[in-house]
Amino acid sequence: MMRLMLVLLALSALTFARAAVEPDEILDDPALEERARAISRELRCVTCQSESIDDSAAPLAKDLRIIVRERLVAGDSDAEVFAYVTDRYGDYVLLKPAVKAETLLLWATPLLAFAGAAAFAFFYFRNMREHQALTTTASNRDNPENP
Amino acid sequence: MKRFTFIAPLLVFVAIAAYFAVGLTRDPSRIPTALLDKPVPEFSLPAIQGVEKGLSTVDLKGEVSLVNVFASWCVGCRIEHPVLMELAAEGDIPIYGVNWKDKPGDGAAWLNQWGDPYNSVGDDADGRVAIEFGVTGAPETFVIDAEGRIRYKQVGPITPQTWEEDIKPIIEELKS
Repeated sequence: MMRLMLVLLALSALTFARAAVEPDEILDDPALEERARAISRELRCVTCQSESIDDSAAPLAKDLRIIVRERLVAGDSDAEVFAYVTDRYGDYVLLKPAVKAETLLLWATPLLAFAGAAAFAFFYFRNMREHQALTTTASNRDNPENP
Repeated sequence: MKRFTFIAPLLVFVAIAAYFAVGLTRDPSRIPTALLDKPVPEFSLPAIQGVEKGLSTVDLKGEVSLVNVFASWCVGCRIEHPVLMELAAEGDIPIYGVNWKDKPGDGAAWLNQWGDPYNSVGDDADGRVAIEFGVTGAPETFVIDAEGRIRYKQVGPITPQTWEEDIKPIIEELKS
């Protein structure tokens, strides 16, 4: 069982290593390449939509990967590279949406859902306890059917 | 009040279902263009093989025009092509082509075979200009106003219907 788990773990590690980056795209500078990979993982491939350009084998994703690397080599900061792409494709290409006025509700939704659930749970359990208190007092009373 | 709480999950379900039902009617390939009302990007493309004139930013100023991104490998472009030919025959609006990521000669061969609706065609072999335009696939068509700003983007083939309903009204408004 333990061995099976280890094998599965090793296999899943392999799937994480998967990327569409082709050898000729990779930059000589490992630090820049690492930044390029990190940026690519955050950018949506516009043809395949549910993949990042780092994962996608689509030609347009490859073009964008190359552009990301060119911008980095030209000395752009990460933010400037993101801005370059969003200027052309919009916020849509950011797999992690930017935090701003229009996206506030989006980011707040998990909190709101949690607050709603917490409020529901609070009142639900409070009601239940009151109910229980009532029924226990009721059953503690003597009555003819249940002496 | 309390006896109706059992219906709450149903109401929540209906609300969520309605939300997703609306979502299903929307086309996920329609990505809003970030370049709406912005000037067309600065570019200069060489002509495709066998054609004299290329395409650059200055060509798109002075008159309302269409920029059509096409490729010989693009199935949707083949569907759209007769519509473009008809528009070119009417001659009301200049149509410029961006030949996107075609092998040398393929774009020209395609135009020879099916007809050439374009005033001029730029050869975007490496796809850089398409990225400047925020192109996500072919065919895509941009309506450019007389000042050279992008005013509309059609994703996918122009059909007689999309022309009449979506594109033509915008062009008429821009021209008036």
